[in-house]
Amino acid sequence: MITAERKPIEEILEYLEPYDRILLVGCNECVTVCAAGGRKEVALLSSALQMARMKSGRTLEVREMTLERQCDPEYVEELVNFIDQAGAVLSMACGCGVQEVARRFKDKPVFPAVNTKFMGASERQGVWAERCQGCGDCLLGLTGGICPIARCSKRLLNGPCGGSTDGKCEISPEVDCAWQLIWERLKALGLEKRYEDIISAKDWRTSRDGGPRKIVREDLAS
Amino acid sequence: MDHFSPVIVAFCCHYCAYTAADMAGSMRLSYPSNVKIIRVPCSGKVSALHIMRAFQKGADGVYVAGCLEGDCHFKDGNIKAAKRVAYVKKMLDEIGIGGERVEVIRMSAGMGERFAQSAKDFTERIRKLGPNPVRAVLNQRESAGA
Amino acid sequence: MKTESALEKILAGGHLAVTSECGPPRGALPEKIKEKAGMLKGYVDAINVTDNQTAVVRMCSLAACILIRQMGLNPVLQMVTRDRNRLAMQSDILGAYSHGIDTMLCLSGDHPYFGDHPMAANVYDLDSIQLVQMVKGMRDEGKFQGGDEILNPPKMFIGAAANPFADPFELRVARLAKKVKAGVDFIQTQCVYNLERFTKWMDGVRDRGLHEQVYILAGITPMKSAGMAKYMKNRVPGMDVPDEVVKRMSGVSKDRQAEEGIKIAVETIEQLKEVEGVRGFHIMAIEWEQKVPEIVERAGLLPRP
Repeated sequence: MITAERKPIEEILEYLEPYDRILLVGCNECVTVCAAGGRKEVALLSSALQMARMKSGRTLEVREMTLERQCDPEYVEELVNFIDQAGAVLSMACGCGVQEVARRFKDKPVFPAVNTKFMGASERQGVWAERCQGCGDCLLGLTGGICPIARCSKRLLNGPCGGSTDGKCEISPEVDCAWQLIWERLKALGLEKRYEDIISAKDWRTSRDGGPRKIVREDLAS
Repeated sequence: MDHFSPVIVAFCCHYCAYTAADMAGSMRLSYPSNVKIIRVPCSGKVSALHIMRAFQKGADGVYVAGCLEGDCHFKDGNIKAAKRVAYVKKMLDEIGIGGERVEVIRMSAGMGERFAQSAKDFTERIRKLGPNPVRAVLNQRESAGA
Repeated sequence: MKTESALEKILAGGHLAVTSECGPPRGALPEKIKEKAGMLKGYVDAINVTDNQTAVVRMCSLAACILIRQMGLNPVLQMVTRDRNRLAMQSDILGAYSHGIDTMLCLSGDHPYFGDHPMAANVYDLDSIQLVQMVKGMRDEGKFQGGDEILNPPKMFIGAAANPFADPFELRVARLAKKVKAGVDFIQTQCVYNLERFTKWMDGVRDRGLHEQVYILAGITPMKSAGMAKYMKNRVPGMDVPDEVVKRMSGVSKDRQAEEGIKIAVETIEQLKEVEGVRGFHIMAIEWEQKVPEIVERAGLLPRP
């Protein structure tokens, strides 16, 4: 899923300074699962923002809405009846949701309430960790199902570097060395030999380096 | 400030604090009448939003009274409650209301005296902190409405 | 001979090679680099010039190499893949070769996390093994990594690093094999303090015949003090300083510790000379370049060919 984390309330309050009525919009997808911008977080942030405003002697009217998916135009359309009453939209969705709202409502300021972090998996209750960087040309088939691009601090395709110590990365004992994980996994699979195949220089055009990306499915596209 | 009588909301677990409050009553122990008790099936039932809404509506202090460690009727509801309170504390600090206005208190069903004493202590703590800053706006609104 | 590199000549001639290194200054101070390189003249065969080592900004390796080359010495251009993409690296290589720099060391580099710009984007368009492949392609096929022909291709003698002390140990020989496969000509290792582990690694290297495909120069760093020994043991990732070495350094009075450090370095070189497959020494005297001649002399590595 896409993970996110709420921004400091102070930063959000700065964005909202000129407005007395806002639409606070959550999303039922990824940000709900990572407890950053679902219905619950919308209610909490709404409460916090209203109190923060009251403390400074003003009020803030907040309409709370949580959409099924903020990155799909048909759900964003649900805001149409409420958008006029609001001076601005505060979105708790990932950056995709924020931009979709901004695209649909051209004359309405839209602010992000969360920092979109990474594509990750849930390690345990309340802990999420990065797993994929969307490079556009998956090489997990070569690396035992562990991604060196997302999980090696230097994204080395032929690691581990000389800083790997006791299975941990040189940047922190809290970070697993991705290449140690890859090696252990290759061993478990009986594929040790594969380690010595050099993974050649990557074509980053499939990644962000090739510019903003798009997928078109001819059979589905209208 | 001497006249300030804080409004305190106490979320009390049915299995401990709520019974302890009952016992305090039957023992004729006095505790401040401004502590509004809300009975909950477990302190773990109290969400961050419950606490935030209490403050938003003008409570000056909130505490969540749950079972002693290891005694939760639902295994670890009291531990979850403590984590949530810690989370709300941070949020209250962030918005300038003050995290010290919310607390977790632990007791067993038989601790009538502890209940009364904590109610007194917490009331005193909040009295020192003064009114919840959002109250000023709430009062204005009320008088404008009246 | 693949190149005109003086280092290659010495190694191919069967001599024990001696290299050292200079860290460029943290400012536009050309005389600093000349001063450091000057101390090494006549004592070493080539001088590595570090590339923003420990991810701290310094004068660029290329410019410092040019200064050293102009002194008639042989610089080794160190290049990390952390700071530049393949365009920048290839153009730097052309520039270096145009100035008569014909030997380089391909590294991934320390993570920016350790340096003075932890907020910098870290590039890693290539890793060190892919950099070796690229430089070899430029030399042997005369082609840029993108496939176009190079006019007057740079003939670089290609080096890389190996750290026998990092984990997992069982991969350390395999990773060297990958570098050999990529086309590396010589290896400079991480500083050797743990001789037991180093010789165990060399056993593995010889078992696979890698010592016959690549020249291995063992890394030597003299320690100035017991404090430095402890720091390197505990704080430098991938460094293996055994307790005995720390004890030996701490066992002498403060004013004798520097001498003890030199003694250890000289003894280590003497012992490593006996290890089959060790073809020379890379003496990294960090901000202590003036001691290199003494170490080289005491280790019986003079005169240089």
